[in-house]
Amino acid sequence: MDLSLFLDNLWNARMSLLAGFGNTLLISLVAVILGSGLGVLVGLALSYGNLATRFVLRVYTDFLRGTPVFVLILACFYVLSVVGVDLSAFQAGVLALTLFCSSHVGEIIRGALAAIPKGQTEAAKSIGLTFGQTFASVLLPQALRQILPTWVNTATEIVKASTLLSIIGVVELLLATQQVISRTYLSLEFYFFAGFVYWLLNFLIEQAGRAVERRVSIPQ
Amino acid sequence: MDYDFNFAVIWRNWDLLASGLGLGLFLAVVSIAIGCVIGLVAAFGMLSKHRVLRWLSLSYVSAIRNTPILVLILFTYFALPQLGVALEKIPSFILTLSLYAGAYLSEVFRAGLVAQPKGLREAGLAIGLTELKIRAYIIVPVMLRNVLPSLSNNFISLFKDTSLAAAIAVPDLTFYARKINVESFRVIETWMVASLIYVATCYAIAAVLRRLERRLAIPR
Amino acid sequence: MTPVLKITDLHKSFGDVKVLTGIDLTVQKGDVVSLIGSSGSGKTTLLRCVNLLEEFERGTIEIAGEAIGYREEGGRRRRLPERQIARQRAMTGMAFQQFNLFPHMTALKNVMLGLVKTKKLGQDEARAIAEKWLDRVGMIERKDHFPGQLSGGQQQRVAIARAIAMNPQLMLFDEVTSSLDPELVQEVLAVVRDLAADGMTMLIVTHEMRFARDVSTKVVFMDQGRIAEEGPPEAVFGAPKSERLAGFLANSEI
Repeated sequence: MDLSLFLDNLWNARMSLLAGFGNTLLISLVAVILGSGLGVLVGLALSYGNLATRFVLRVYTDFLRGTPVFVLILACFYVLSVVGVDLSAFQAGVLALTLFCSSHVGEIIRGALAAIPKGQTEAAKSIGLTFGQTFASVLLPQALRQILPTWVNTATEIVKASTLLSIIGVVELLLATQQVISRTYLSLEFYFFAGFVYWLLNFLIEQAGRAVERRVSIPQ
Repeated sequence: MDYDFNFAVIWRNWDLLASGLGLGLFLAVVSIAIGCVIGLVAAFGMLSKHRVLRWLSLSYVSAIRNTPILVLILFTYFALPQLGVALEKIPSFILTLSLYAGAYLSEVFRAGLVAQPKGLREAGLAIGLTELKIRAYIIVPVMLRNVLPSLSNNFISLFKDTSLAAAIAVPDLTFYARKINVESFRVIETWMVASLIYVATCYAIAAVLRRLERRLAIPR
Repeated sequence: MTPVLKITDLHKSFGDVKVLTGIDLTVQKGDVVSLIGSSGSGKTTLLRCVNLLEEFERGTIEIAGEAIGYREEGGRRRRLPERQIARQRAMTGMAFQQFNLFPHMTALKNVMLGLVKTKKLGQDEARAIAEKWLDRVGMIERKDHFPGQLSGGQQQRVAIARAIAMNPQLMLFDEVTSSLDPELVQEVLAVVRDLAADGMTMLIVTHEMRFARDVSTKVVFMDQGRIAEEGPPEAVFGAPKSERLAGFLANSEI
């Protein structure tokens, strides 16, 4: 392995790799934000919806969680154009990751709400809180604390899954790396480099998650 | 939506889909078997008294878990040959998936080992077993049965991850789905059927494993 | 004078199981009424109906003359809208067997929550009231502690402060010492005694017979979903009329 050759090539390719990294961040960020928002609604409906709503959403989450993300991305990419929804590869990929994220977050939220003892709701009711107030002041703060580690984990899953968009031609970090490799033939070095960048990004997300966890943890 | 559904093309290719599904299941079974061995070694490594062993195991787990599996797959297949390790597609994929499974399973095993009461080992010592025999006959068998549910979940996600074999043209279900998609233009049908097969298989695996768990569980 | 609580012909079942079968009970201002009876006799359910935590099929419950939970509309009985139910719940205060403090809030915030959200008081006023009551139950020094940092008895005292700070017309105590370690029981009972001596109207479900005898103005013995016997503590404990009550008392520690 010739380190200076790699570093030269890395320097030459810095702009395209940076652009790819920017896309990876953008894809992940949008998918996590939209997916979590949608997921909270799904989780609420799974917890408090009527029978029909709960059934439909159970099918929704089970289907999305049972399908590999890769298949989900391919399906969004190919199917939507056929049914007349004209999305770019970027948009189709982000949509797939958003749906994936929403099904996971929905399930986590449902689980967290179900794990809160019934006495919490009763105590809130007995001091005259309405359901909305009970949810906002008592249930949600407890549920959010409980889902934080799993949610951070979901975020790193999304970052990792964003690499799959390379296969439908979205130039995120992995595809940008592959393009550099096809010019330089330095596959070992550049795959390793890309792997390291992903590792670092996820490591930082994990550490940030732990820091937030420590901040909001309830003294025992 | 005025779309004429036509599943005939899909049914005509059922043998391809079946062989793809079979290959996916095969890849998952082989990888989890190897992964269990790697995971056990890494789990004992993480709990070892020796700092070097601990550090090695933890680095392995962190590196694999925080790197996208697609990058790992491509690295093993395209970059390792540069180091003289040239593998065929399927062995290369199995190697990656086994290392990947090993990292996740080691965390499961570690948690299972930590949760075990100290008395188990002491009872073994009391009847004159060596440390190695205690692990082989007592610690590991008891731990494995306790972590069966997590093992099942890991197997199901591993099966879903086999869809990524298509990225290096291993002919699994996703690979054939893309092929049928391109050749037939029956886009919606193809992806509907493909994801339904995945979801149904996941359900079936889950059902089989639950029965297995019940049979293997230690009676209480 | 309008009674604080007036229960008329209350019926309640869980599915096919009839839990309350025709309860009539009146509590006047300043009364301290203890509900005793074996488990499954319906006393906790009765208390939860008064706090509208359970629905009931027949009968009426009036707090200070206002029928709570339901209204008659064209001959049909309808549950009131949620907002109104929430307001009526705040007319009574409830202390639970399991305390049910909000684990993510300090003792002070636990007591302030209802004052701010239900009574719409400002932060400063709510804080002043909350501190007053925390002081009253001997918890002012721990006001910034979280429930997880407090003993069971301390948690229960905070929970009582949380309920009573709402200035309810009637306090409901649901086996408040049943999940406490024996050495912590007295500190909680002392708080309840103190409030009783102050003229607070109370309905108490308890297994502590000595406490019931000392603190009550009236004792109600419940058996199989109805009131089997009631009267002043001396009469109920000293001269039980029915065999059931005599048997129950013989099996209880006094």
